[in-house]
Amino acid sequence: MYRILHKEALSEVTKLMVIAAPEVARKARPGQFVIVRIDERGERIPLTIADYDREAGTVTIIFQEVGKTTMHLGTLEPGDELATFTGPLGHPTEIENYGTVVCVGGGTSIAIIFPIARALKEAGNRVISIIGARNKDLLFWEDRMRAVSDELIVCTDDGSYGRKALVTEPLRELLEQRDGEIARVWAIGPAIMMKFCALTTKPFGVKTIVSLNTIMIDGTGMCGGCRVQLTDGAKFVCVDGPEFDAHQVDWDLLLARQRFYLEEEKLAVERWRHQCQLEAQLTAAGA
Amino acid sequence: MAELTNRERLRVPRQTMPRQDPLARRANFDEVALGFTPELARQEAERCLQCAKPHCVEGCPVGVLIPEFILALRQGDIEGAVRAMKEKNNLPAICGRVCPQETQCEARCVLGKKGEPVAIGRLERFVGDYELEHHVYPLERATPTGKRVAIVGSGPAGLTCAVDLGRLGHEVTIFESLHKPGGVLVYGIPEFRLPKRVVYAEIDYAAECLGIKVHPDAVIGRLYTIDELLGEQGFDAVFLGTGAGLPTFLRIPGINYNGVLSANEFLTRVNLMKGYLFPEYDTPVKVGRRVAVIGAGNVAMDSARCSLRLQALRAQETGEEPGEVHIVYRRSRVEVPARAEEVHHAEEEGVIFDFLTNPVEIYGDEHGNVCGMRCIRMELGEPDESGRRRPIPIEGSEFDMDVDMVIMALGTRPNPLVFNEAGGLERTKWGTVVADQETGRTTKPRVWAGGDVVTGAATVISAMGAGKRAAADIDRFLRGEINPWQDSV
Ligand SMILES: Cc1cc2nc3c(=O)[nH]c(=O)nc-3n(C[C@H](O)[C@H](O)[C@H](O)COP(=O)(O)OP(=O)(O)OC[C@H]3O[C@@H](n4cnc5c(N)ncnc54)[C@H](O)[C@@H]3O)c2cc1C
Ligand SMILES: Cc1cc2nc3c(=O)[nH]c(=O)nc-3n(C[C@H](O)[C@H](O)[C@H](O)COP(=O)(O)OP(=O)(O)OC[C@H]3O[C@@H](n4cnc5c(N)ncnc54)[C@H](O)[C@@H]3O)c2cc1C
Ligand code: SF4
Ligand code: SF4
Ligand code: FES
Repeated sequence: MYRILHKEALSEVTKLMVIAAPEVARKARPGQFVIVRIDERGERIPLTIADYDREAGTVTIIFQEVGKTTMHLGTLEPGDELATFTGPLGHPTEIENYGTVVCVGGGTSIAIIFPIARALKEAGNRVISIIGARNKDLLFWEDRMRAVSDELIVCTDDGSYGRKALVTEPLRELLEQRDGEIARVWAIGPAIMMKFCALTTKPFGVKTIVSLNTIMIDGTGMCGGCRVQLTDGAKFVCVDGPEFDAHQVDWDLLLARQRFYLEEEKLAVERWRHQCQLEAQLTAAGA
Repeated sequence: MAELTNRERLRVPRQTMPRQDPLARRANFDEVALGFTPELARQEAERCLQCAKPHCVEGCPVGVLIPEFILALRQGDIEGAVRAMKEKNNLPAICGRVCPQETQCEARCVLGKKGEPVAIGRLERFVGDYELEHHVYPLERATPTGKRVAIVGSGPAGLTCAVDLGRLGHEVTIFESLHKPGGVLVYGIPEFRLPKRVVYAEIDYAAECLGIKVHPDAVIGRLYTIDELLGEQGFDAVFLGTGAGLPTFLRIPGINYNGVLSANEFLTRVNLMKGYLFPEYDTPVKVGRRVAVIGAGNVAMDSARCSLRLQALRAQETGEEPGEVHIVYRRSRVEVPARAEEVHHAEEEGVIFDFLTNPVEIYGDEHGNVCGMRCIRMELGEPDESGRRRPIPIEGSEFDMDVDMVIMALGTRPNPLVFNEAGGLERTKWGTVVADQETGRTTKPRVWAGGDVVTGAATVISAMGAGKRAAADIDRFLRGEINPWQDSV
């Protein structure tokens, strides 16, 4: 069992947790992930290792409440324990001094891009970061991102904070204005955002790295459920990735595969909400 | 009761094991075969002729003392039967259920020459189940040796090796990447063939008696490398029993559409994650209305029979027609590699077999979901290296199958994750570990291996045999009797 030590809400739908997992912390590196299962009946879901502290023996995860498991996770409190916390899985991010790099983070993934941006900065890169969210309330860590970036562009879809734009707009402008200067782009966020970042950078021929969030079960190459189609064949995200060259990914297939369990996911959420309501009523009745 | 003469014994018919009715059972995940009653077991035991040269034993990969345990049963001495059984086989409740007896022990039984062989597997299961409940055979630990062994993988190979080493007094830790131990026994073989309580009971009992530690969620190659286990983690020896869990997909167009999945994914969702109990359990599993399972091994039979059950459960809920499940196999019935009993059960339950048929393309609709499969008819040519007749496509015989789900059950390879940074560990071009057949020694000092990771996908009992042989060799090494890697260490 893996104890939750600390919990924090980063935005309305995004939570951070620090988990006691000394063995995982010992080996963790930026870009890797863990598989989490809440309890006996829980499903296994992948979450990126957002940070780790080898001395304290802790691993930080940050998640967006999008379905049953992440919503359930969001209700747990420090002192509660997780049944499964397997990792570190996948390959670490390849950090080198590339020159000038752009880090794009969308929504919850701002938390995922942060340690990558920090590592790139530490490796001597000039880091330009773009962070975006649907609205102001979903944004977080602007200060942290600013601290590890030479330049920071903040945007929201609805213009409630920073620039009113999708992250792809400033990305395109940067590529146009600084032709030849930008060596690499990291884009991490919802699949649809990553797809459009890939389309944006492609004409400029700038290598773009994305971290794919497919459906997973084991996370060790055993099931093939996480497979993606790249131009050079099918790959398993859990063992061959999770980071890939964005220009090689068949995005439409990826998006379709993410939707495969949509009906079941909806059912699970309804059932979960119903359960929570019942519990709330019972507690209210008892009190 | 008076002793029967051999002539009389030959007249006792082979006892059938009570089973759930096919129509009832295709709508539940409860065990299909219900096991012998004590009376049926005794009757069946009467049939054994107690051959002076028991050929049955030669057919068993671990040499179970078959006449001895059957004689004890006949004499009403179940405890004696347990002791005889456990001499060679740590997990009879499991082997009695899943061994391909018809090609092993029972294939060699003299009675099989003229009539039906003794039902050795069913008797074994009877003895195993009795032991699970009564624990008459104590698992005792010898004086602790102070030596520590890391077992990687908790399938039959790893478990057997762990139990034998634990009994010999060594301190054993099992590292398992999934959240539950048992390997294929837990994530692959379905509940209706091997109830998980049987597997967990065996593991828990052994762990308790022998102080074996089980470390789940430990992916070796990531959490620790083999060298770290042998180095900073202070283990004196490592046994690799990581199986052959990597799926293969046909190399045909369309395999990445939604609804094409590996048998591993499907079975893991159903068995390990209990997807058939969704939404009671969180992991969803989908089943098509027209499912094609590609392949005809045990894995294919299990996938087909799980599909049938999921369809029947859905039909109960929605009132719709359940649908169809096909086994699509490129060879003919004679070459089917699955256990005879599973094929028989699958047919009884309504699985449709399409022999001499091979998929060439999978079609998808505009949402990326499977909507059909193009196949070609095959004919059998000359035997290939494996001795089986080679299937050859019949030109111009392509046809379309109306399917909305395709499960690939084509065989598996070892998962290379464990070999991360494992220098000096030689492997074959198929990805299996090079290890000595008799001892399990690999080319890397202090590392042994056995089971599917060495042989490629095989059987539970052969994996157990390999675990046992390796345990004996590891024990000799730990006691300083041998040092196989003298020159290299
Ligand atoms: C390697 C890897 C690392 C990941 N790291 C993180 C992480 O650090 N933080 C995090 O919040 N998520 C991360 N994800 C995604 C995360 O695993 C899923 O959000 C989670 O499985 C959802 O489970 P659920 O039961 O709550 O929702 P489900 O019921 O499974 O899904 C609910 C709905 O959300 C959609 N959905 C699923 N994932 C996402 C997503 N990432 N963005 C937008 N919509 C999505 C689904 O398609 C579905 O419609 C990662 C995924 C992978 C493969
Ligand atoms: C669906 C199915 C049905 C079958 N039916 C039968 C049958 O009826 N009869 C029969 O005799 N045989 C059957 N088999 C074959 C039989 O199950 C296998 O031959 C046997 O389980 C092999 O045992 P093993 O111990 O070598 O490996 P496995 O049982 O495969 O166990 C290996 C374990 O190692 C773990 N592991 C892998 N990599 C790592 C790592 N890096 N770190 C930590 N742990 C790791 C895996 O998670 C797994 O738990 C079937 C197989 C399948 C898939
Ligand atoms: S272990 Fe398997 S092969 Fe050996 S006697 Fe038992 S059922 Fe037969
Ligand atoms: S060969 Fe058959 S009859 Fe002879 S000892 Fe074995 S089980 Fe009994
Ligand atoms: S999650 Fe199963 S193979 Fe990647």
